[in-house]
Amino acid sequence: MMKLPPKLTQRIAWVSIWATGIIAILTLVFIVGYTFIKGFPAINFEFLFTSPKGGVSGEGGIFSCIVATMWLIVITMAILIPLGIGAAIYLSEYAPDNRLTRLISYSLELLAGVPSIVFGLFGFAIFVLALHFNYSIVAGALTLVCLLLPFLIRTAEEAIRAVPQSQREAALALGTTKWQTTANVVLPAAIPGITTGIILCVGRAVAESACLYVTMGGSAAMPTSFLSGGRALAVHIFYLAMETTALDKALATGAILIALILIINLSTVWLSQRFYAKMQGIR
Amino acid sequence: MSRYFIDRASRYVVFIFGVIALLILAAIAIFILKDSLPAFREIGISDIIFGTKWYPSRGAFGILTMLAGSVLVTLLALLMAVPLALGCAIFLAEVAPPRIRRLTRPAVELLVGIPSVVYGLVGMIVLCPLIANLSGTGSGSSVLVAAIVLAIMILPTVTSISEDSMRAVPNQYREGALALGATHWQTIHHVILPAARNGIMASIVLGTGRAIGETMAVIMVIGNSPIFPTNIFAPARTLTGNIAVEIMSATGIHQSALFATGVVLFILIMLINSLALIAYRKKT
Repeated sequence: MMKLPPKLTQRIAWVSIWATGIIAILTLVFIVGYTFIKGFPAINFEFLFTSPKGGVSGEGGIFSCIVATMWLIVITMAILIPLGIGAAIYLSEYAPDNRLTRLISYSLELLAGVPSIVFGLFGFAIFVLALHFNYSIVAGALTLVCLLLPFLIRTAEEAIRAVPQSQREAALALGTTKWQTTANVVLPAAIPGITTGIILCVGRAVAESACLYVTMGGSAAMPTSFLSGGRALAVHIFYLAMETTALDKALATGAILIALILIINLSTVWLSQRFYAKMQGIR
Repeated sequence: MSRYFIDRASRYVVFIFGVIALLILAAIAIFILKDSLPAFREIGISDIIFGTKWYPSRGAFGILTMLAGSVLVTLLALLMAVPLALGCAIFLAEVAPPRIRRLTRPAVELLVGIPSVVYGLVGMIVLCPLIANLSGTGSGSSVLVAAIVLAIMILPTVTSISEDSMRAVPNQYREGALALGATHWQTIHHVILPAARNGIMASIVLGTGRAIGETMAVIMVIGNSPIFPTNIFAPARTLTGNIAVEIMSATGIHQSALFATGVVLFILIMLINSLALIAYRKKT
């Protein structure tokens, strides 16, 4: 084969790299732009504050879905945060380097790659059927806890491990117990990283659909208790797209979700900058 | 309460949290396996995995059709996404002006976080009619649209991790190559890409996992008929879709067969991950 001169390959490569870069960016801009431009006109007060009325034309708004999503997030986080941080403290500060510890970290790694629908299947088997929660917000929340736990433990663990060893030693040298050191020195220093992890979990919970579809049922009625079924916003998009003709409302719900994710991401950026500034101040 | 008592108590409490985490993980494996056993026992492992007929009402539970659907859709998506993502990662890490880089970082993070149903929705509204016009039949719900939607969905993930690994290549490597008279492209091709290979591999494996595991977005655009995918313009069904579409109405052996689908999906993903690990070990 003829070998092309380096100058020419350089030029060809540059053109293709710019082209792929621009194609990729345009595609993604298109997805977000399309959702916003087509979705925003359908958003108004009535859309936000009435519940879906059902039917093929997809009458009504998304109020009950907003309520269900909020309940879902609150319950999920109430269980997930203590469990995740507790396990992370154990793994980073207390766990001896033995077979059990390695088994835990290995299975966490394994679970991070398991698809959402497999968690949904598990939640369906244990929470919906075996524990008789039926299709409910609790069943969805517990499934989400299982889905997000590996991620939160790992992020919190990283944040805790990043605290310099010298700070622990300094505290212990002052005669504190291990727990006093952990609670008063290590955890405060790790809070920014842990908080970022928690916020990212909220983002993933908001975006999640598959595992909620099979554990919360499709009821669009206003949830009356933790044990009543509900429809999360992301799942509502699915129902609107598959069962109604109200695609503009599906896009509007999508635009709201994207805006939510944007706010969540920006708050992590803001948070880390604030903590960074604070750390600089201490020095 | 004495601080020593609190110290000892807290030791047990965090240990219990660690064990609870492990128990949850064990429970997932046990429950899914347990519920799939009746199907594997009554129908037989090979009839489930290599059976091409899925007629729950007539007692036929072969999932090869869905297995092929999942694999085909994922391969097609990778075929489209990987070159684009690598080009994009090189663009962002090595070529793009700093101003563009500063904008793309948060943008890519946002795109990773966008709900998959939104990708599915836009694919359904924009791509399906397009493909329907092209092929002249049906609604456009097809393997091709599903693959395109998945490719777009995994593009940010693959791009951002590949970009990170290219950025992590020490600057001396670049300077060394350039000082030897290599062009910028030669430097990228022969120095940066090999040095960043592990990260790029990892990004592709992660993208593969996301594509094979995606459920709702694929259901929205693939048509979900359990037919063997021989034509990319025709509908098909994936393993994930098989579970999500039928689990809520299934009972008895049918339900168990869906759990078996979950087991096969799980094994498939483990297989991909360990293949990647082997390839990774061989090269380093």
